[in-house]
Amino acid sequence: MSLELGSVSVSYDGAPAIADVDLTLPDGQVLAVLGPSGSGKSTLLRAVAGLEPTTSGTIAWDGQDLAHIPTHKRGFALMFQDGQLFGHLTVAANVAYPLRLRHVASAARRERVSELLDLVGLTGYERRLPGTLSGGERQRVALARALAVEPRLLLLDEPLSALDASLRERLAADLRRILVAAGTTALLVTHDQEEAYAVADRLAVVRDGRLVQEGPVGDVWAHPADAETALFLGYARVLEGTAAVIVAAAGGLDPQEGTSTTVRPLAVRRSAIVLDDTGPLAGEVVAARATPDQLRLVVDVDGVGEVDAVAASVAHVGPGERVRLRVDQARLSILP
Amino acid sequence: MERRHLALIALAAIPVTVLAIFFVLPVTGMVGRGFRPEGHWDLVGVLDVLKRPRVHRVLWFTVWSSAVATSLTLVLGLPAAYVLHRLAFPLRRLVRAALLVPFVLPTVVVGVAFRELLTGPLAWLDLDGTPAAIIAGLVFFNVAVVIRAVGAAWESLDHRPAEAAAALGAGPWAVFRTVTLPALRPAIVGAASVVFLFCATAFGVVLTLGGLRYASVETEIYLLTTNLLDLQGAAALSILQLAVVTLLLAIGARLRPTPTAVTRVPPRPRRPRLADLPQILVTVALLAFVAAPILALVVGSLKDADGHWTMANYRALNTLGTHQALVEPVTTALDLSLRIAIDATLLSVLLGLLVALSVTRRAHTRAERRVRGALDALFMLPLGVSAVTLGFGFLVTLGRPPLNFRDSPWLVPIAQALVALPLVVRTLVPALQGIDDRQRQAAASLGAGPLRRLVVVEVPVLFRPVLAAAGFAFAVSLGEFGATSFLARDENATLPVVIFRLIGHPGPMNYGMALAASCVLAATTAAVMLVVERVRAPLLGGVL
Repeated sequence: MSLELGSVSVSYDGAPAIADVDLTLPDGQVLAVLGPSGSGKSTLLRAVAGLEPTTSGTIAWDGQDLAHIPTHKRGFALMFQDGQLFGHLTVAANVAYPLRLRHVASAARRERVSELLDLVGLTGYERRLPGTLSGGERQRVALARALAVEPRLLLLDEPLSALDASLRERLAADLRRILVAAGTTALLVTHDQEEAYAVADRLAVVRDGRLVQEGPVGDVWAHPADAETALFLGYARVLEGTAAVIVAAAGGLDPQEGTSTTVRPLAVRRSAIVLDDTGPLAGEVVAARATPDQLRLVVDVDGVGEVDAVAASVAHVGPGERVRLRVDQARLSILP
Repeated sequence: MERRHLALIALAAIPVTVLAIFFVLPVTGMVGRGFRPEGHWDLVGVLDVLKRPRVHRVLWFTVWSSAVATSLTLVLGLPAAYVLHRLAFPLRRLVRAALLVPFVLPTVVVGVAFRELLTGPLAWLDLDGTPAAIIAGLVFFNVAVVIRAVGAAWESLDHRPAEAAAALGAGPWAVFRTVTLPALRPAIVGAASVVFLFCATAFGVVLTLGGLRYASVETEIYLLTTNLLDLQGAAALSILQLAVVTLLLAIGARLRPTPTAVTRVPPRPRRPRLADLPQILVTVALLAFVAAPILALVVGSLKDADGHWTMANYRALNTLGTHQALVEPVTTALDLSLRIAIDATLLSVLLGLLVALSVTRRAHTRAERRVRGALDALFMLPLGVSAVTLGFGFLVTLGRPPLNFRDSPWLVPIAQALVALPLVVRTLVPALQGIDDRQRQAAASLGAGPLRRLVVVEVPVLFRPVLAAAGFAFAVSLGEFGATSFLARDENATLPVVIFRLIGHPGPMNYGMALAASCVLAATTAAVMLVVERVRAPLLGGVL
């Protein structure tokens, strides 16, 4: 049981939105398709749902080509960015909608609806109308409704991005818990790397309509395929040449290993370089900005140039001061 | 008193005065005659009218024929609304414009065209003079209302709820039933109530196709007033009609789609698929249904009594017809009709603008809102009052001092302007309501005075709707028959009146001339409507 995409392309009026995407999603896993807005990731999702005809390539489930199967017969469920609850139906009727389509008896339907509402943490919301719910509650109802389908595959289109930051964080953890509890295979589309990290098992990075990288979340995170992907995944800078060699060496890595002549680029997370009086690097603070957790610095490191660094928020350093820095190896990545 | 209230009174004063003199006075005068036949009140006599068996038959016929016609209009109009507003195909705009034409065709022309069709090419169906013929005429007339109103709603419908339903396992029919239909319901119910209203108050179509055998409330009022001089009966029926129509308008107003601030993602029209075939077939059938009477009319006008092709009917338009059927030739009537239509259009647009501006200003207190709402409703009334009542009321109240307008050349234009006024108001009001009040506030904060604000904010928005309303009023005025048939004298009859007179006079040439004159009138109104369609202005802002 798995979803397989074989060199799928979709174009609008001749302009390609996605091109030659190959993907496999094994049963029971959650795959996040991550990409900046306009990268074609939503088009990919709509193509899988059958809402967008493919220009070429195959989308198959368990080896069965889905090309001529309309959306409603695919057995998938799609949850939209803004939920798309039916405004004229109550919460219970919204969740029961797919059950009604399948002529589930009313007693069984009621039971299943309250089960699903329990699962998403909205016990007792049956009689409310969507208009009276908060954004987070609406998304939970939409999720319950999608799960009511018992879909072979759950498609989630930016499920949390319409919510505010704190709610998003909490709901991401809930979403992960709910998907694991239900054992659902899911394809999640998002532009928010933290959302992808919190919810998914696997990560596929899409850029300009092409699949750039795919693999388990941790792997993709630790080894971005190229500089642009690294920056998109939250790495602060990508260093090259001597700068890469010096910072890597300070972190105990060698960007030249194997190939002694060429230096591979080094992706550095913001938190990889830390203020430390005993650290191997030295430099002059260019800018400092306080955040609740830490002090964010830009330091002109000798022989390297400007890099981002962090310090404990109790540290008192200002522009012009000379500081020493250490490098955290786990937060570096040597790019291919 | 605040300046805002003074402005409201100043704006509303002129239209309210005109409405009071030329609508309320004639109608109450007319109804008063029925209620007080010998100078004292006689309510029992009026109530007795409602017990007459013939009145029961007329009422029942009006209700069931209107209900059947409304249902048929929906059955044909909904698929066409879908095809014309959701699918992309060549000549789409032309087809849309063509299907709008019947709505503005003069009722007399529609009647003549259907009779020509049912006595000519379709004579074997033996439908002439049957209720089926009347219902066909009503459907022909009103299908554009459904296509327009529902089509506009369908076009702006967000496609994502439907996709969400499909993704939850709903097939096309289930999606339509559970998502699309509930979203369209206000537009459908609104359009249906308007169509029912138009059917129930139709005059020209029923009179020409039903004759004396089948009468609706409207034609019965005409018959009671003119042939039987039974003013008591006419008054009773008028009051009943007014009450029912007011109720329907109130329902329509409640269901009128309100402009919402929700962001929607209207879909692009897509290419037709095989699954769309049934709807496309209905649309093609509808086109044939609309084209058939018009074609029959054109063909009939080009043939003489023996079935030979000829232009004689058209050449005869500058004669007085066989047996001196007319006092003035048709060409003179056309000329007069056009001049009256221009006057009536100017009047109704001017009044309509004043009404629209005064009812759409944001109310600051509840009382003010109620006054503005009442004004809005007041100017819808001409829609609900039988044009016959209005026309006859003009005769009985405005024909003697101090209000002697009997011989005024403005009498007919004013009556026609009042008939068109509700449509003008309903075209302008939604456009004005769509203006964000903050635009006016922004203009004011930048130093624009009231007049300047009007020029900067309202005028650009109103430009197209005013053109559309003018075209609409022009078409209504050209085809107006009910009131005009009372007011126009033999020597200055308008074209629809002349056509009706020609049908009534025996003589082979007269009927041919009626067909030719109908063609000329239809072509003129259609041309006006096609120009309106080209300015792409929303007619009636959705539903009345």
